[in-house]
Parts: sequence; structure tokens; C-alpha cells
Amino acid sequence: MRSSARFNASCEEVLLRLFRSFTASSEVVRHRGAFISFVVALALFAAPHSLHAQSDCLACHGDKSMQDAAGHSIAVDGSTFSASIHGSMKCNNCHADIKEYPHPEHIARVECKSCHADEASSLAGSVHSSSKDHPCSSCHGDAHSIFPKSDSRSAVYPLNIPKTCGNCHGTDGMARKHGLPSVYPNYMDSIHGFALSKEGLLVAANCQSCHGSHKILSRKDPQSPTFKANIPKTCGTCHAKIDADYERGSHGHAVASGNLKAPVCTDCHTAHAILQPTESEFRMQSTPICGSCHKDKLSTYHDTFHSQLGSLGGYVETARCWDCHGAHEIYPTADPRSPVAKANLVATCGKCHAGANLSFVQYQPHANAHDRKLNPALFYVRLFMNLLLISVLTFFVIHTILWLIRSRFDQVRRNGSNGGNNA
Amino acid sequence: MPELEQTAVSAEAEVPSEGRYYRRFTSKQRYLHAVLFSTFLGLAATGLPLRFSESIWARGAARAVGGFGAILFFHKFCALVLTIAFLIHVKEVFARGLYHREKGVFWGATSMVANWKDLKDMLGHLRWFVGLGPKPKFDRYAYWEKFDYWAVFWGMIVIGFSGYAMWFAPFFARFLPGWALNAALVIHSEEGLLAILFIFSIHFVNTHLRPDSFPMDMVIFTGVESEKEFQHKRPLEYARLAREGKLEERVGSAPASWFVNFSRIIGFTAIAIGLTLLVLTLSAYFY
Repeated sequence: MRSSARFNASCEEVLLRLFRSFTASSEVVRHRGAFISFVVALALFAAPHSLHAQSDCLACHGDKSMQDAAGHSIAVDGSTFSASIHGSMKCNNCHADIKEYPHPEHIARVECKSCHADEASSLAGSVHSSSKDHPCSSCHGDAHSIFPKSDSRSAVYPLNIPKTCGNCHGTDGMARKHGLPSVYPNYMDSIHGFALSKEGLLVAANCQSCHGSHKILSRKDPQSPTFKANIPKTCGTCHAKIDADYERGSHGHAVASGNLKAPVCTDCHTAHAILQPTESEFRMQSTPICGSCHKDKLSTYHDTFHSQLGSLGGYVETARCWDCHGAHEIYPTADPRSPVAKANLVATCGKCHAGANLSFVQYQPHANAHDRKLNPALFYVRLFMNLLLISVLTFFVIHTILWLIRSRFDQVRRNGSNGGNNA
Repeated sequence: MPELEQTAVSAEAEVPSEGRYYRRFTSKQRYLHAVLFSTFLGLAATGLPLRFSESIWARGAARAVGGFGAILFFHKFCALVLTIAFLIHVKEVFARGLYHREKGVFWGATSMVANWKDLKDMLGHLRWFVGLGPKPKFDRYAYWEKFDYWAVFWGMIVIGFSGYAMWFAPFFARFLPGWALNAALVIHSEEGLLAILFIFSIHFVNTHLRPDSFPMDMVIFTGVESEKEFQHKRPLEYARLAREGKLEERVGSAPASWFVNFSRIIGFTAIAIGLTLLVLTLSAYFY
């Protein structure tokens, strides 16, 4: 099958070359019709019948330099087209208003929706509804070289999707022009982007895994897979176990009951610049995220050694919120399932502090030395230390200043000066 | 600072060439002081970025050395060295006082232990500051020197103990309540701050920068001081030694000039680092 197709293609090529050598001089162009008939006759002899209609058109449009009156290329690469998903179709299946040769100079716009009605109706309700700004070809690529999405040559092949969307949603594309967030570089540097671009993982989330393809909705639309309440399910399509853990936890419950202040996946992991959670960069950036809601807890965390050592870089091992509280399956402290429930503390603290015992876990990672009622012992220790510091320094600063003045006074007098009276 | 150098040169010139030098500190004591101040500078330089981990310079310092982990490592290293120096010192004191039965280690005019005279000296000194009395005469250790000593002694115990409690928290939790671990950080950082502020402002001025010693009291480096300085600063000790005929025992040789210069470089570097840290500490309250 293959070899015969290749033979046909090469026959066709020979004929086309032959035809072009005739049409090269303007004198010959006048007799184009006659030559076409000649070529068609030859083509009928050489090519299989399914290609008849294409080769009719390609006789002219196969010329790579062919342009319309406005100077746009109207050339079609016959071999690419015949390999494309529409390769078995006749030209006028799409260019339906062309019935005969010669055809009118202005022909109707091709309507993909005449065949792809479902996709067209999805698109019509999406953020890309304007067909002028977003013709099918803006994502699927050149109309004559459309390949199935499973074909690596396709613009919507999983590994090519980020680049395709990035044409507009990247820094240098329409993103800047229209003030859209430039998500492409964020995505490419994310764990998903790495999996896709470095490892070529077809299952790695690409743009359409989360946003959908034709019916892309604004994240403000409750129907959108990226609407806040829908995000756990969207991420859960791949991360099923984490989604299940999350749904069991406090945050999952809150979101499910309509509290959209509670965090979903993207609040901690971000949407596009998702980092590997064990990476130091992620460990560094996430504590303030929890703290943006749990403000009092963040401020007391900041007072501790965990924070002093760990919050600002380098020493990433020190405990972050989720090291103790859990990440996805978070429960209130009172819940026995919580890792910071009393009964679990020895095990939880022991993850880092080998040998942690019952006394050790009385340590309060959120102690507030300014709160006399909550932490009286700590309050008085701090008060004592502050008083000691202030009283010692106050006494000695006064002592030293007086001493300096007096010593200088003596020194000047001893050396025979008269204390500035010479001036 | 050419001015300062001139002062130093002229001060030396005043001393007659046959002027005698008296030993004040043994070489062991001077080495311990060197270890003490270098590890203290190290501890301060690494402790402050942790204490003020939010400040710009702390972040910069952490970035420069590869993060707070590196800072903590160096902090612990200095702490270990200082702990060893501290233990050697305590052993020395007890060896002198208990084993060798040396007089005046634990009590008396030459002891570091405070006595009534120190209180009277302090009040007298304060009166002299404001011109209400004569300048008190000091013995081997003046009251502010004793305060420096005990402040450091107490500081090392308190900071050391709270530091080790945090370093080996699970071990210390066997006999300390959990809240003590919370308190350890408060105590460690407040006492450390006190030590830093005290040493880099009060000790520097009282011991080195005041007019009697300006710009630096070299005795802790060279171990000896001139007769003139000895008489001026510690008249009681000089008089007692003269009375007991023990002055001769204390005569030492003039320090080599290269050693004095070397010590000056070390000393001024330490003071410069200290003052820088002092400025950073104070600035952390505003930035």
C-alpha cells in the first residue's frame, strides 16, 4: 500500500514539474487550460482516483510561490496535505463554493463547523468565542496540515500544546498586548512543564488537561474546571488519592460546603508555576501562603526557632506548617486524626526530633511570650530577661558616659589646658 | 587614623627607656581571652542573623554563606570551642584555689569575687564622676572589671545551657518541662543580645576606649603594663606589692614591638567587627 502511494506521489510530482516548466513563461500561461487538460489526462492515467480532485487544484496551488491579489500565499503543500487528517478529502469538501475551473477570485471562508458542529458550539460559549480572533487554525495550525491530536506533528499533540497556547499566552505573544497573565514561562518551569518538556510525559498535565479544549471558560465561571470549587476535582483527575485526602480534611470540607475562602490545590501549589513540594523553593514560599489566612499562627511561628532558622532560606528542613499539620488531609487539633492531636504529637515531632518524648512535645510551636494568660511562664521569663537587659544597659550607659566626660575633663586639666577658655 | 597612631607613639615616648613593665596576666589567661573574644565574635556574628532573621542584612549574610544552615553550623562550632575554653578556665580557677592553695583566688583583694569595697568603690566612682568626691583607688580588679567577668561567666552558663537545651532538645526534655524549651529560645536570644550590646558598647569603652586606655588597653594581649600605668590604674595593688616587697616578682620585660603591632591589628579588628555588629543590631530595630 505504502509503496504504491509513494509511487503515485512521485508520478504526480513528475507531472507537476512538467506542468510548471510549461507554465513558467507568460506566453504559455494563456494556454494554461489546455495544458491542465493535458496534465489531468496524464494524472488520470497515473494517480489513483481518490486524488483526482486534489490534483486538479494542486496543479495550480501546488506552486509554492502562488499568491492571491493581496499577496497572501495560496499555495498548498500537496504531500503534507495528503498525509494530514483531511488528506483523503476533496478540496471542495471544505472550499464548497468552488464547483468548476476557473473559479471566482474571491471564495467563501471555510466553515469548519459544517462538519465539526459540536466543537464549534463549545467554542462559541467559551472565552475564545470570537472566531475572528480565534479561528480554528490558531490552535490546530495551518488548515492544510492538520493532524490528529495523537500525532506528534499536531499543534494540539500533548507535548505541543503549551507552545501552541503559549503563542498567545506567553510573554511575547498576545499576553502582553492584551494584558493577559503570562502563564507560559511559569508553566514551563513548573513540575508539569518539566515532565512534559524534559521527560516527554504524555500524561503530564498540559494546558487543556485543566482548562479543557474547545469550551474554555473563565475561572470565574462556576462551570469552569478552573473555578475555585472545581479545582480539587480537576487536579484530582490525575491526583486521585491526594484529592480524596483533601476532600476528607478541613479545607476540603469547607470548600465543599461553599466556603470559597478555604484553600484549594492552587492556593498553595499555585496554578501554573507548580513546584515539586520537596524542593527548597516550595518549602520557602508556602509558609506565608498558610499565614495569609492563619495570620495569628504565622506571627507566633515567626517567634520560634523553626521560623528564625527556616523561613528565610538555606535551612529548609526546619518545620513548615504542613510538616506538623499535614498537607492535604488537615484536621483541627482537637480531631484525633490530626498529626498535631495530643496523642500523635510524639510521632509527629519525632519525625525530625529523634527521641522526642511526652515532655518534649509539650513544647509550644506557637507560643506567645507576649500573652500572659496563654503562656504565663514564658511571659514572665521574657519580662525578667527584658528587665535585666534594660536595667544593666541603662545603668552602664549612664555610668560610661559620666566616666568618659569626667576622665576627659581630668585629662585636659592635667595636660595644662584651661577647658576651652582660650577660645 | 593618624591621630590615634601619633597619640600611641607619644604615649610610648613618655615612658622612659629604662621604664619597668609589670606582669598582669599570664599567657594562659591571654590565650583564653583571645579564644573568648574570637568565639564570642563568631557567636555574635552568627547569632544575630538568626535573632533578627527578618532583617535585610541577615538575609544577605545568609545568602553569602549558603543559608542559615551554614550560619547555625558555625554558631555551634564556636559554641563548642567556647565551652571548652570556659571549662578550662573553671578548672584553672579551682586548681589554683583548691589544689595549689593559692591565696586570694576566692576571696580578698586579688579575687574576682565581689566584696564591700567594690560597692563602696562604685558609689565613690559615681560621686567622682559628678565631682562630689575623690577618685577611688582600685585594687587588682576594679568593680566594673568584676562585673564584666561575672556578666560573661553568668552569660556563658545561661546562654550555654539554653543553647545546648535547644541543640539537644529531646535529651533535655527528659528532665525539663516542655515549656522550658520555649523559654530556652527567649532566654538564649535575650541574654545573647544583652551580652552583645554590653560587650560591644560598655566593655569596649570602659576597658579600651576611655581616655586612660585610649585607643586600646594592650595589657590583655601583651600581659604586661608600664609602671606608670600600673600605678595610675591600680594604685592599691601597686602599693600592696611594694609594701610586701613583691614588686620584683612581677617585673616583666617590655613587649616586642612586632607583637604590640600584631596585637593592635587583632584588637582593632575585633573592635571594628564588634562595632559593626552593634550598629547592625541597633539597625534591626528600625528596618
